[in-house]
Amino acid sequence: MNIQEKITGYIPQVQFVEGDTLWAVVAPAHLHDLAKALREDADMQFDFLRSLTGMDWGEDGLGVVYHLESTRFGFQLVMKTATTDREHPELPTVCDIWKGAELNEREVFDYFGIVFTGHPDMRRLYLRDDWVGYPLRKDFDESKEINPLRMTNEVTSDVTSTIEIDEHGHAVEKTRVLFEDDEYVVNIGPQHPATHGVLRFRVSLEGEVIKKLQVHCGYIHRGIEKMCESLTYPQTLALTDRLDYLGAMQSRHALCMCIEKAMGVEIPERVQYIRTIMDELQRIDSHLLFFSTLCMDLGALTAFFYGFRDREKILDIFEETTGGRLILNYNVIGGVQADIHPNFVKRVKDFIAYMRPQLKEYHEVFSGNIIAQQRMKGVGVLSREDAISFGATGGTGRASGWACDVRKRHPYAMYGKVHFNEIVFQEGDCYARYMVRMKEIEESMNIIEQLIDNIPEGEYQVKMKPVIRVPEGSYYSAVETSRGEFGVYIESRGEKYPYRMKFRSTGLPLISCLDTITRGGKIADLIAIGGTLDYIVPDIDR
Amino acid sequence: MFDFSVVTNWIHGLLVSVMPLGLASFVECVLIGICIMLMYAVIAMIMIFMERKVCASFQCRLGPNRVGPWGLCQLFADVIKMLIKEIIVIRHSDRFLYNLAPYIVILGSILAFACIPINKGIEVLDFNVGIFFFMAASSIGVVGILLAGWSSNNKYSLIGAMRSGAQMISYELSVGLSIMTIVVLTDTMQFSEIVERQADGWFIFKGHIPALIAFVTYLIAGNAEVNRGPFDLPEAESELTAGYHTEYSGMHFGLFYLAEFMNLFIVSSIAATVFLGGWMPLHIAGWNGFNQIMDYIPGFVWFFGKAFFVVWLLMWIKWTFPRLRVDQILHLEWKILVPIGLANLLLMTVCVVFGWHF
Repeated sequence: MNIQEKITGYIPQVQFVEGDTLWAVVAPAHLHDLAKALREDADMQFDFLRSLTGMDWGEDGLGVVYHLESTRFGFQLVMKTATTDREHPELPTVCDIWKGAELNEREVFDYFGIVFTGHPDMRRLYLRDDWVGYPLRKDFDESKEINPLRMTNEVTSDVTSTIEIDEHGHAVEKTRVLFEDDEYVVNIGPQHPATHGVLRFRVSLEGEVIKKLQVHCGYIHRGIEKMCESLTYPQTLALTDRLDYLGAMQSRHALCMCIEKAMGVEIPERVQYIRTIMDELQRIDSHLLFFSTLCMDLGALTAFFYGFRDREKILDIFEETTGGRLILNYNVIGGVQADIHPNFVKRVKDFIAYMRPQLKEYHEVFSGNIIAQQRMKGVGVLSREDAISFGATGGTGRASGWACDVRKRHPYAMYGKVHFNEIVFQEGDCYARYMVRMKEIEESMNIIEQLIDNIPEGEYQVKMKPVIRVPEGSYYSAVETSRGEFGVYIESRGEKYPYRMKFRSTGLPLISCLDTITRGGKIADLIAIGGTLDYIVPDIDR
Repeated sequence: MFDFSVVTNWIHGLLVSVMPLGLASFVECVLIGICIMLMYAVIAMIMIFMERKVCASFQCRLGPNRVGPWGLCQLFADVIKMLIKEIIVIRHSDRFLYNLAPYIVILGSILAFACIPINKGIEVLDFNVGIFFFMAASSIGVVGILLAGWSSNNKYSLIGAMRSGAQMISYELSVGLSIMTIVVLTDTMQFSEIVERQADGWFIFKGHIPALIAFVTYLIAGNAEVNRGPFDLPEAESELTAGYHTEYSGMHFGLFYLAEFMNLFIVSSIAATVFLGGWMPLHIAGWNGFNQIMDYIPGFVWFFGKAFFVVWLLMWIKWTFPRLRVDQILHLEWKILVPIGLANLLLMTVCVVFGWHF
């Protein structure tokens, strides 16, 4: 089937750019119709919005790049739209088509000032409401006089606005009340033991029952995407470890892969082996921490220590080779920073031999416990449709019956050559999300076992030029991190610095589905759901 | 078996010889009050140390081991820290109730503590409706917790207090029913009598099946009654940060903390007294030699041994199980434990009527 013909059948004005993936350039006026057609056409079904990137192309205007994928057929498409109006840039929203777009569009509004008409909640997502200007625009004035360090608290507004187009084509702002005055609104966070970081939920309660939930992000927003624009490519690597700190290896792997792909560098097989093993060790590390913190959230403090004790062993292995435990700085463009330590192979094998019986103990202590099962089974059910629509990848998506593993969908490194099962559950509840990750620990160990004895000899790093310039163009590559698809989108103009670098957060889709799946649950359910969604806050805020 | 009333009678005689009877009684009351408070504090410290060590060994840790031998001085360091910390007064709180709440909690706890017979002859509050009084005194605590939650002007505190109100009042029922089962067996409510009746075998053996059921129900309900894991919803730290005592600091927090540990001890010692014979040594009818040897071990050793065994049992549960949810906790009480308790009470009555107990 030809997607181009299909699309032209719906919207004749769409222009196409052939490349690695097909690009469809569409005018804002047709954007919503095209998106709807792509989503609903029975032969295409682009139901998964992989990434939504705001762009400032300078004279070509402000716009958005949508990376789409069809979970049914595996088609991929990049949709691009732009408006030249810099004063009042307006684009139609697509969050009625892909629910995951809601927070992403707020992010674009925050960074670029693009107003999405029809969006139900057009507020800033990360920056303060009193921030002046839109920082990722190329003409943004960074002077301190405009945005001084504010010493006052930000007032949380209970009102949001929606911009709609009336029959005359004018934008009309309508206000909408988020929380009424007589609602019992409780802040969970930004300082709260169960949010695992500085994330804030405003929860409207009726007794113990959650009526609705609003997510507030930005407490650990560092503007990493903005910083990347003024850093050389090797310098940007340092920042990925600080996004998802439990997926440091994998995030950095994604960035290196994207740059290597753009430059056409051939990566030695030894590096591929090392990267795959490291990614899987990182996954075990992350899932062990997931287990620990989930147990702690549910009140089983002893199991918490079991997980941490065993995770420590992985950190020791990391430390020996990379010198770091949390921030590893291991992958570099063209290879890895240093060759593996002579003890590495032996210690990894010892660890796997040690870990397998430990997992049984975990299940005895926690999974089999009647209280734990009652706390998790049937709680926070995320349907498959919702998981795809929100883009909730990783263990969360797989627990809802969506086989979304990037390692299987778009194999990279050694994943195409090793045998492992993609763990998929159908229930979509907390217990399924928990079991997916516990089973993935075993699968990760299987993968490592297949590779660890056969690491080929060779270079651990390809010699790169001292100054790395990525050829002009747009590149996207994704890896499966510990908690879902982590994508890197680079737009380069052939300079030392990226023109735009966007990281597809794994956590943002996870928190965007929170409101849907917590409604009607208890406060304690919110904690269980938050624990099993397994988001990492610095990765959400970036 | 050493009878402590020898000591108390001697003190009484000494006091009466130097002052009129009324004054002597007053002095005795003061003395006993001081003794109870001291013992309360000392046992609380032991409990805290025990909790830290037991929890550490369950969690593959060492626990406190830096201050003094085996970390023993850690206790004193903790107490001193707690005593000298500032009591923060928070804005927009109901000042009077906010300051009153911890004292109500500790009052209920000390009153209940005074009911416990530690040895033959050391029964401070001992009268014919002792169990009744104990139940009444121990339920005062919930008032303090509700007040703390309400007066703190904090939403977490309020939710914690609501949870604790629902939970403690519900579980009172099961505690009562399981103790009633033993009252049916003994036909007395006086603690000293209850212990004396176990001279030829502890009730958990004498009452066999119904007593065993009552014991298990009591342990579950008692654990819930003192808000400890897996029933620690009122202060579920991962949900409500610290529940009803979120806003308390310094010694006011310390009093809640103390009361929580002591309530655990009280629940355990009541379990020891009512089901495991209190200070009564292990006697087996007919084995006179064995019984005599057992009698050489002082009563308070038996009592503390049993009480701390139950404490350890409850700690084991706390450090193993995850926390329940509020609806599950009420479901467990009203739909499972209360029916079991009622049926068990009936079963015990039948057993007693037909003389099926030992």
